[in-house]
Amino acid sequence: MPAMAFVVLVGLQLGAGNAFAQGPGPGGPGAGGPGGPGAGGPRRSNLPPIPLAEDTTHSITKHFIPSTPVKKAPDAKGFIQRWLVLDPIKKNLRGNSAITDTYLKTTFAAENFSPDFNAVPKNNSTVKVAGQELVWHALDSKAFNFNLYHYSYAANKQRAGVLFWLVTVINCTEEIKNVRLAVGVNSGGAFWLNGEPVLTIPGDKDIIVDNIASPLLTLKKGKNIVRAAILNGQGMCNFVARFIDDKGAPVKNYTISYE
Amino acid sequence: MKRNKIIGLTALLVASITQTITAQVGRPNIHDPSTIVEDKGKYYTFGTGGGGIVSEDGWKWNSGGVRPGGGAAPDAIKIGDRYLIAYGATGGGGDHKGAIYTMWNKTMDPKSPDFKYSEPVVVATSDGYEENDAIDPGMMLDPVTGKLYLVYGTYFGFIRQVELDPKTGKRVAGNKPINVAIVCEAADMIYHDGWYYLLGTHGTCCAGANSTYNIVVGRSKSVTGPFIDNVGRSMLEGGGKMVASTISETLIAPGHFGRMVLENGVEKMSFHYEADLNQGGASVLGILPIVWKNGWPTVGENIKTGNYLIQSERRGYGLELAVDPVDMARSGGGFGGGARTAAAPVKPVPVQQVADVNKNWPTGDINIRISDYVGRPHQKWNVSPAPDSSGYIGGPYYKIVIAGTDRALAATANMNVISVPKFTGAPEQLWRIDQLTDGTYRIMPKVVPNSNEKMALVSIGDGTPALYKFDMNSDNSKWSFKLQ
Repeated sequence: MPAMAFVVLVGLQLGAGNAFAQGPGPGGPGAGGPGGPGAGGPRRSNLPPIPLAEDTTHSITKHFIPSTPVKKAPDAKGFIQRWLVLDPIKKNLRGNSAITDTYLKTTFAAENFSPDFNAVPKNNSTVKVAGQELVWHALDSKAFNFNLYHYSYAANKQRAGVLFWLVTVINCTEEIKNVRLAVGVNSGGAFWLNGEPVLTIPGDKDIIVDNIASPLLTLKKGKNIVRAAILNGQGMCNFVARFIDDKGAPVKNYTISYE
Repeated sequence: MKRNKIIGLTALLVASITQTITAQVGRPNIHDPSTIVEDKGKYYTFGTGGGGIVSEDGWKWNSGGVRPGGGAAPDAIKIGDRYLIAYGATGGGGDHKGAIYTMWNKTMDPKSPDFKYSEPVVVATSDGYEENDAIDPGMMLDPVTGKLYLVYGTYFGFIRQVELDPKTGKRVAGNKPINVAIVCEAADMIYHDGWYYLLGTHGTCCAGANSTYNIVVGRSKSVTGPFIDNVGRSMLEGGGKMVASTISETLIAPGHFGRMVLENGVEKMSFHYEADLNQGGASVLGILPIVWKNGWPTVGENIKTGNYLIQSERRGYGLELAVDPVDMARSGGGFGGGARTAAAPVKPVPVQQVADVNKNWPTGDINIRISDYVGRPHQKWNVSPAPDSSGYIGGPYYKIVIAGTDRALAATANMNVISVPKFTGAPEQLWRIDQLTDGTYRIMPKVVPNSNEKMALVSIGDGTPALYKFDMNSDNSKWSFKLQ
């Protein structure tokens, strides 16, 4: 049960009644109030002492490595771990069900860092979008996915109600035909290849490997520009992307750079 | 929609009846139900916020369970002669700081003098920063090793697994959490035929009819994973094969899986619907059969109201009244109806109706046999929930009558079945229909007159039905329902 919905749920369930024969008690779960385990509803303040499991410093290097000019290969399963990520654009987006096709189209038109979908921003450069001064960062994810919630925490930026723009460069030594861009996003977004839209993903989706795949594409010899936009209202925000061939096997014979 | 008002109204009525047989009745309101446990003939499940619901038959549910501690999303398991309850102290909101407690009780019956929960103990925590919410516990007692495992977590980071001591309910000393999945909530583990299965709920919760909750599964030969789905994806990569998603246009977004093994071949899954439109859009308890297909659990179904061929798995013949069949008109012109010309229109042969033939049927009891199915009225059975709304775990008792009549299937004291002229609601005319783990069905009378034995409808010969003890390993005990 997603955390953010829980308080709402409790309110709704109180009306329904039956599952709450005991009642959550004054100031039920997460809301404070008398009680405790075995006494009608533990408060957050009544949680046992919980030691920190790990370092909580806001640090980019916990989950990312700043990219270097050295081109990087996709990982063993073909996942693209290197992206230029723009600081999150704050959105008045409370729920993910609002991420419809229409919402995406409107958002991308109004809050875009560049109408040139082949643009590759400079690492550490600044751009103003929707009245917000934002910085580009070239990062390599340590995981198979690219966790934007982790980025927000590390950079001490907004974690909920966000739009992220991302760009990466796929370098091919020869043309590669019949590939698909396969992604999973939390919660919605879109992808472009060499200026053309290839995927639009509305709704409250999950980060699932190969959840959505593009039509068959051709990666041209030389540089191919992939742009992504990821939106999230509440909760975790991340995505995973790789190219797969027409049989669904990962494509790995290319390198990744941020320029 | 103006098109065919009568059909539209009929469809509405059928939809309404169908709805009634697929959700639980009474006041089954609950969210995040614990795995259903049975105690002295009653069934109990606990939900988020405290308390729980109780049923005397497993079909009609009402408030009455007592689970102190508040918090969220409990689970329950019977170990020996005691019940172990696990629950999250918080709702997982805000800073994701939480703790999971376990506590014991000798009984689930709040009126019993033995009803007393032990002091809860903490078995897992999340510090508010790590990639885990310590809520939504699910427990499994490994039938191979006797070890007790607990999985917990939400979409926020990882589902984690820890080992508990089945004697104390406490965390095994020195045990470290293992990451087993991402994206999931309401995780649970089960064991089946040499595989460990990790189930989780994906999608959007708590948005009523706009929720997208769905239950998925991965499996592993090792209790600790990795749990892989049907296309080779790890659940640590978001993988998961669908077990159950929105069941119908009114039963929306199932989540929070629990498993009940009633006996060999009869398994049920419990969960909640995020919204049952026919119950005001509330979150309610759902119970449906588990069907195992190619080694994967999937949601089965309760029989919906309709006219059926009831087909024996033994031979493939259909259950029918022992009456004289009435010949139908034959087309002229020999085999194939003779040569046709373009100018000769095809004239359909009307389907034989019960009114065409039943005037010659005996007016009293009529024997039942099993025979070649040819689509005749004496072979078509209307199956619908009995009006008394009583039931069993996950389903209502059904009345089974010859379609278009009130002539009902009934059990007899001499372990036979007959049809009686009129359905009266007598217990021997009420039938329990369970979908089995292989997808076929078991048919059992509510009672056999003058007997306390639980009997099932069987094919004692290819053409002869009888009542006998159910045997999952015999096709004699199994039936299929083919909608006509």
